[in-house]
Amino acid sequence: MTAAVFFGCAFVAFGPALALYIFTIATEPLRIIFLIIGAFFWLVSLLLSSFIWFMAATLTDNKDEPRQRDLLIFGVLISVLVQEMFRFAYYKLLKKSSEGLKSINPGEKAPSMRLLAYVSGLGFGIMSGVFSFVNTLSDSLGPGTVGIHGDPPQFFLNSAFMTLVIILLHMFWGIVFFDGCEKKKWYTLLVVLLTHLLVSALTFISPYSGLNLVLAYIILVLTGIWAFFVSGGSCRSLKLCLLCQDKDSLLFNQRSR
Amino acid sequence: MLTFMASDSEEEVCDERTSLMSAESPMPRSCQEGRQGLENGEGAAQWVGSHQQSKASGQRGQESEEDHEEDPDRYVCSGVPGRPPGLEEELTLKYGAKHVIMLFVPVTLCMIVVVATIKSVRFYTEKNGQLIYTPFTEDTPSVGQRFLNSVLNTLIMISVIVVMTIFLVVLYKYRCYKFIHGWLIMSSLMLLFLFTYIYLGEVLKTYNVAMDYPTLFLTVWNFGAVGMVCIHWKGPLVLQQAYLIMISALMALVFIKYLPEWSAWVILGAISVYDLVAVLCPKGPLRMLVETAQERNEPIFPALIYSSAMVWTVGMAKLDPSSQGALQLPYDPEMEDSCDSLGEPSYPEVFAPPLPGYPGEELEEEEERGVKLGLGDFIFYSVLVGKAAATGSGDWNTTLACFVAILIGLCLTLLLLAVFKKALPALPISITFGLIFYFSTDNLVRPFMDTLASHQLCI
Repeated sequence: MTAAVFFGCAFVAFGPALALYIFTIATEPLRIIFLIIGAFFWLVSLLLSSFIWFMAATLTDNKDEPRQRDLLIFGVLISVLVQEMFRFAYYKLLKKSSEGLKSINPGEKAPSMRLLAYVSGLGFGIMSGVFSFVNTLSDSLGPGTVGIHGDPPQFFLNSAFMTLVIILLHMFWGIVFFDGCEKKKWYTLLVVLLTHLLVSALTFISPYSGLNLVLAYIILVLTGIWAFFVSGGSCRSLKLCLLCQDKDSLLFNQRSR
Repeated sequence: MLTFMASDSEEEVCDERTSLMSAESPMPRSCQEGRQGLENGEGAAQWVGSHQQSKASGQRGQESEEDHEEDPDRYVCSGVPGRPPGLEEELTLKYGAKHVIMLFVPVTLCMIVVVATIKSVRFYTEKNGQLIYTPFTEDTPSVGQRFLNSVLNTLIMISVIVVMTIFLVVLYKYRCYKFIHGWLIMSSLMLLFLFTYIYLGEVLKTYNVAMDYPTLFLTVWNFGAVGMVCIHWKGPLVLQQAYLIMISALMALVFIKYLPEWSAWVILGAISVYDLVAVLCPKGPLRMLVETAQERNEPIFPALIYSSAMVWTVGMAKLDPSSQGALQLPYDPEMEDSCDSLGEPSYPEVFAPPLPGYPGEELEEEEERGVKLGLGDFIFYSVLVGKAAATGSGDWNTTLACFVAILIGLCLTLLLLAVFKKALPALPISITFGLIFYFSTDNLVRPFMDTLASHQLCI
């Protein structure tokens, strides 16, 4: 297909994540490291869930289509479960390491758990998005006609938007999840798990990818609002931010310079 | 042809002290291809050369702590004068994260160059013969035979590397610096001119761009000459780093092309084991090299080590001789395996240059210290990722998984460096992770992701 499709879909899917990376993470080496470790944890979770699916597939060894699809759905559910487990494992690791960091650097401020929640969520999201979309992207550079057999012709765009929603959702889930762990609100973890299952289940329950996307974006907005309030935001601070009157905004600092 | 290239220890002033980094020439790894392996385009010249891979990238984390214990009055902090000792560890950790990123960037760049070339230029994925060091073919009917051949190839290659390394250590011990230096220059000449010419030719062929010989000559000449100057003499640090990255990428591409499939994987595994042994065992050749250089108080072969920062000193304080031992000029334990024809992987050791024990007041400017990584590490990381890209059946997931695994391994190695503060091999952890992730992603994750993608499910 065309280069326009390639670049368009690439930026739709990865633009916000790239912007977040450049503006918030690329400047601090420690955050980059935590991002990559987060990505690694997601990768290991994917490996484990693929292994489970592979074992299940070879053990049942049934070649007919509905069975394969059932196994796939089973694989998806297991994968979501394992991803959330690894998110919890990463939380535990960060908790232990931040205690270690504090003991080593008494003076220096170690990254706060909220920041680590954001970084880890973004790491999970970026890796997840890249793994699900990059093969499709590279195919979009080659020759072909989309939807020639009657499938929807907006396959690339749908996939790109789906990837975007997954990346942002992972980021919000990370924030909410870590906050739930910190405050020992275990129901939060359950809600995150259920939301993740819901988003994944949407893709195979409904064959209409447009509907999937809309529902996923609604979930994204809701989760985003939840993450915003969980990480300390409020309506007032939002107003101040939008009017560029709060102390932390870039414009405020620039003005005072 | 055995060529050793050694940094001219007597003549060169300590690298870390001069503001222009005396570049280290990477040892080009020239492959001696079997006759049948010559591809027609290259003028049928037999490539003879020595693979010298600076593999010795030792991590010498001589951070402040050890010096600090010896003399509490001396501000042996991480290079910042005048800081109270209590802040040392804090600075060490901060430096640690920064140094990790300073190594992530060149490793990533090298891998990007290699993967981009592999994915676009057909030449490096075509089978065109094998090196003379891997004589057994993998075109055998049975799996067992193929495995046996690859193991034999690995044994031959590793033994050549061991012999080379020991020879290098012997030469170094008996102070044959001129010989080593001459060989290094010859090797980097070959790498910078011949391999670049071939690479450029293949890239132009791929994109169907015509270039006349005068332009080509001018381009290659300029590239090579500036490279030689930057690497062996003085040059801007960024340019030197860029040349080292390019040379590592070229070397890795040559390996990717000429090593047969299974042999490449077994060789990668064996090299990591060898690296571990050579750097950590008391009688290991690399360790002996490092210790000899330390005794003599001179840098080992400043060529073939990628250095991530330079030291700015204005008004250098006079070092008191008693502190020399602790100070150690950062040397590159990159050992080029002066392999006659096999590019010995340079021993990957990552070195962090030792902190100078200056009394704080005399140092007029803050020193920026960096970590050094041997070019052999770059080369083998890129070989792993490049092989994943070449054989991954058009799959990017495998390549990305190996990439992340290698970065994590490098991170862990640097963490160990910060803990143990001595020369450490940089290959084992990363290559182990890389291999595990390559095989598992290729066989387990890829079918899963492909099936998901074909049903348009997302996890």
